[in-house]
Amino acid sequence: MRLSLGPILYFWDRATVFDFYQQAADWPVDRICLGEAVCSKRRELGPGDWLDLARMLTDTGKEVVLSSLALIEARSEIATLRRLCDAGLCLEANDYSAVALAEEKGLPFVGGSGLNLYNHRSISVLHRAGMFAWVPPLEMSGEQLARICQSGLPVETELFAFGRMPLAWSARCFAARAHDRAKDDCGFVCGDYPDGLAMQTREAEDFLIINGIQTQSNHCLDLLPHLEPIREMGVETLRLSPQSRHMPEIVNFWARGIRESLPGNIPADWLIGPPADGYWLGSAGMEHSGEGATH
Amino acid sequence: MELVCPAGSLPALKAAVDEGADVVYLGLRDGTNARHFAGLNFTPQRIAEATRYAHERGAQVFMAINTYAGESHFGRWQSAVDQAVDLGADALIIADVGVLEHAARHWPEIPRHLSVQASATTPEALNFYHRHFGIRRAVLPRVLSLQQVRAVARHSPVELEVFGFGSLCIMAEGRCQLSSHVTGQSPNTAGVCSPASHVRWERTGQGRLVSRLNDVMIDAFQPDERAGYPTLCKGRFLTHGRLHHALEEPTSLNTSGILPELRALGIKAVKIEGRQRSPAYTAAVTRVWRRALDTLERAPDDFQLDPQDQQVLSRLSEGSQTTLGAWTRKWQ
Repeated sequence: MRLSLGPILYFWDRATVFDFYQQAADWPVDRICLGEAVCSKRRELGPGDWLDLARMLTDTGKEVVLSSLALIEARSEIATLRRLCDAGLCLEANDYSAVALAEEKGLPFVGGSGLNLYNHRSISVLHRAGMFAWVPPLEMSGEQLARICQSGLPVETELFAFGRMPLAWSARCFAARAHDRAKDDCGFVCGDYPDGLAMQTREAEDFLIINGIQTQSNHCLDLLPHLEPIREMGVETLRLSPQSRHMPEIVNFWARGIRESLPGNIPADWLIGPPADGYWLGSAGMEHSGEGATH
Repeated sequence: MELVCPAGSLPALKAAVDEGADVVYLGLRDGTNARHFAGLNFTPQRIAEATRYAHERGAQVFMAINTYAGESHFGRWQSAVDQAVDLGADALIIADVGVLEHAARHWPEIPRHLSVQASATTPEALNFYHRHFGIRRAVLPRVLSLQQVRAVARHSPVELEVFGFGSLCIMAEGRCQLSSHVTGQSPNTAGVCSPASHVRWERTGQGRLVSRLNDVMIDAFQPDERAGYPTLCKGRFLTHGRLHHALEEPTSLNTSGILPELRALGIKAVKIEGRQRSPAYTAAVTRVWRRALDTLERAPDDFQLDPQDQQVLSRLSEGSQTTLGAWTRKWQ
């Protein structure tokens, strides 16, 4: 099994992003997803910067994938997507606009978790369109995934295995709303929250995380305790989603876990939210079986 | 423009047809459609009856088979498609790529409509579904502004249908896992959001009413406040210690104010949400929208919704208020 690094979902400044990938060049990950996948207004890095990073990481032996915006609404966003496709690198298609363009250009692509692939027939259709790897929906259980894998998939399975879970996308920016601003006048407030803005219930319980137009779990998905069944069902790649702290330690911990078949417990103080694995076990995503770390 | 109305039962279908719906959409009594609520929807026999009633009166019936098909039960979705054809449905509303492929391959003559649950927001995405499955129509997600819909309409390879009135999903449809995160049941695979089976109401001190979804507090109401159903995205939460509707207020979508623009864009149909609502709701909303579309056709340049009809819609809305939602940039 190999490791991949998902795209940075938060709005980090330019220097932080460059520094993060300088470090990642030395991490034991095989695939790195680059690009802005959440909000097209975030332009700390332009397409040229992402391509520079792609070159740098490719030169250090990483497989680079360019992640597309998960929710495409404006023509300008399609224009950006076309430019990404013109780079000739592999794409992570996070919606069907990206699937369509990749297919038209004959570009191999990873099918992101937002493509809603819940059965092997859907996967086969996208395979014919050029998909070489797929990321199952976050809410898919291990049992369902095992059944799909048993069907003899023509593509690689890349499982989102660690990090806060992206749960929803909207036209509305909830970070701007939390600051009583309109999206068109957001002032890039999401940049103030390197791991997202906390939303709590009226009982002051941490509940969800606001990341611009995206809503995430407060819980941190951690499937490391389930490493062996994941390996047995034939998952090839495990995706870790970047967070602002302890990422080098987390990547190394996972790499060692895979190398030495150690399901292990990620130390609680490295996690940015309580651990969860409910989806994997077929229940509510926020639940936790207690097989992993405690927070 | 076609008026496409919801039916969760035979009485609702009859109400919609009687009040002038051009099309009624419905689903089977299982998880193959996105309104899988207890006591709602149709057995195959009822669909046959419904289709006969509608066809005899010049209305069409579309069947929603618009959830995503899990690997272990794919046959259920296949069979829903096959049954819809047998029962005389005039079109199939589908989101799942595998189910679309089945329908296109086995029943090419039955029109396929792309469900809003597929969340196709661009002409490029529509091209994909058109190229692979020959879809005839797509229902646009409620995340686009008027300007963006204009751009889609200009280049769309297929007819477009938009939502006119009803509950407002504020997240891109088919891309929201908030409900399954909290309850384990999702709109995508189970056809439910914030399911009633996981709702708990508690009366606390001074008559305060608390709503919970699988133990997570969604909201609390003072005796003088109107308590709404705990739909996850419409509760009150804290950000920076401030209590507010952090995602959205209880409100319904109402696009009657932009009907002339929609007509000018060549939008083929408007859809009314609400298969889970009563036949009385279906009748009232269908009546208002039939009148609105007829008025629009007669005088597209100075169309205005009748103020009394506007009141009817507000009264039937969540939280008694309506919004244009993402159609206006301000909302976003």
